[in-house]
Amino acid sequence: MTFGTRRRKCVSSLFVAFCAASVVLALVPLAFVLFFVVTQGIQSVNLAFFTHMPAPVGEQGGGMANAIVGSLILVGLGAVFAIPVGMLSGIYMSEYAGTRLASLVRFAADTLNGVPSIVVGVFVYGIAVLPFKQFSALAGGLALGVMMIPIIARTTEELLLLVPGTMREGALALGATHARAVFSVVVPAALPGIVTGLVLAVARVAGETAPLLFTSLNNRYFTTTVTQPMASLTVQVFTYASSPYQDWHRQAWAGALVLVLMVLACSLLARFATRRLESLSSR
Amino acid sequence: MKRPENLGFRLGTGLSGLVLVLIVAAIGVELFRQSWLSVAKFGLNFWRTDVWDPVAGQFGAFPFIWGTLYSSILALLIAAPISLGIAVFISELSPNRLKPVLVFLTELLAAIPSIVYGLWGIFVLVPAVRIVEAAIPQPLKALPFFSGPPFGLGMLSAGLILAIMVIPFTSSIAREVLKSVPTAQREGAYALGATRFEAISAALYYARTGIIGAVMLGFGRALGETMAVTMVIGNNAKVSLSLLAPQHTMAAVLANEFSEADTALYLSALIEIGLVLFIMTLVINSLSRLLIWSMARPMKAAVAVTAVPAVESA
Repeated sequence: MTFGTRRRKCVSSLFVAFCAASVVLALVPLAFVLFFVVTQGIQSVNLAFFTHMPAPVGEQGGGMANAIVGSLILVGLGAVFAIPVGMLSGIYMSEYAGTRLASLVRFAADTLNGVPSIVVGVFVYGIAVLPFKQFSALAGGLALGVMMIPIIARTTEELLLLVPGTMREGALALGATHARAVFSVVVPAALPGIVTGLVLAVARVAGETAPLLFTSLNNRYFTTTVTQPMASLTVQVFTYASSPYQDWHRQAWAGALVLVLMVLACSLLARFATRRLESLSSR
Repeated sequence: MKRPENLGFRLGTGLSGLVLVLIVAAIGVELFRQSWLSVAKFGLNFWRTDVWDPVAGQFGAFPFIWGTLYSSILALLIAAPISLGIAVFISELSPNRLKPVLVFLTELLAAIPSIVYGLWGIFVLVPAVRIVEAAIPQPLKALPFFSGPPFGLGMLSAGLILAIMVIPFTSSIAREVLKSVPTAQREGAYALGATRFEAISAALYYARTGIIGAVMLGFGRALGETMAVTMVIGNNAKVSLSLLAPQHTMAAVLANEFSEADTALYLSALIEIGLVLFIMTLVINSLSRLLIWSMARPMKAAVAVTAVPAVESA
């Protein structure tokens, strides 16, 4: 009996140790990635990195000004495509939650969310690059938009469901139409959370490379013309990382640092906003 | 309630919902249409032959599907136990004050862009893996898994980096699934004198369908992962059992060769790879979501998390 108990306790402690070890095992790569990105990146992040154009091959220095602006434009285009469709579908899913179309939309959103980003790239290539025989920033933005839609739709839905039903009922009781009740009362109440969803969607697609590889392609020059190929931070990091030049490797690390900082800032911002919303709705 | 404004509202929001549905349908239709040339020409042989020679017009995609499955299964073997350990630690064992910190850190692991993992993979992980591979003792080298010269770039690096990327994903869903196990269940086990391990394994058993779903969802992620894998796997379309051999995946061949495809047949063959990747992830994801749903139906929140992992801090 005592032997059995000791054995059971021993197994139990081993299990606890295994779980703790798993946490450590996962945090080690995180620490390593962050350590290298910061230490390698910090050496090359300077003002020139943000304001200068890429230097020609073999020349030292230069920056990623075109790629940074390009990334901003691409993500902006994506948001323009995705926000109306995403938010309205989110509203539909939460307002008509029981209907068959709502479940279908939810299923489609979850499916789209799981589609590999490279496949989204192939799809957009087929509909927006091939017909025009032209790689363009618009196609890149469309690809990012397709990836953002399900994230925005699902967060909008979840957050609208958090808004107390009494608020909607109050508005309806005062004679508001359904649309009025939703847009003037329910959506504003959930707005901080919805903005969080938008920020998270932006953070997620801003780090995407695969859907841009054959939609917006890349561009050595500065451009804001959306019908032309456009550079982006992520594709530029990929190009530089696969090159044989030391100086380009340094630039790639700098690009990675900027990306990581941006993602980190977005997730902290999002976290803060949801906290506030939760404390509001629990009141 | 039958006012025209209400109908307009319903139509307007419903239509954008329909757009979402149509996008998914359009992806399938478009990929199928564009890959028709290759589907018609090669049929099923496309997936059975292993010669990929665009110059000679020979397209056999077996090496890619092999590499995709091999790397994803390898990643899963590494990631599944670790993710479960993390999920159990955070939801059952960790002190309350540590919980949000650990959740935040695992989320951060998920938030780092794929390209950054790839960059780190090339310059840090691959050299480290090369050193380990070079140190494999001779008797082991006789096994097919460890044959060949140590390149660093290859299946082992790909599996490792995929595992790192899948862990936060699987563990956060597993954690949500564990949350849906009734507390009374654990209390009952403890009351009967169970040790921690016994109580938790009972909870894990109770949650088994959801846990399998979580692991499968991670598998779906691994199948489609592109940038990090293509940067460390070596991009060599050769089927091999060896962990040391440079290989290729479906997503990687798309990333590498798509913009260079110069003939209609080449492009169509690549798009067929995309089509099959789409179908594979679709099936795996739907199946795993079904499992998680069946498990976590009483907990609506858990379902939300599976759809939008990033919001899970909410």
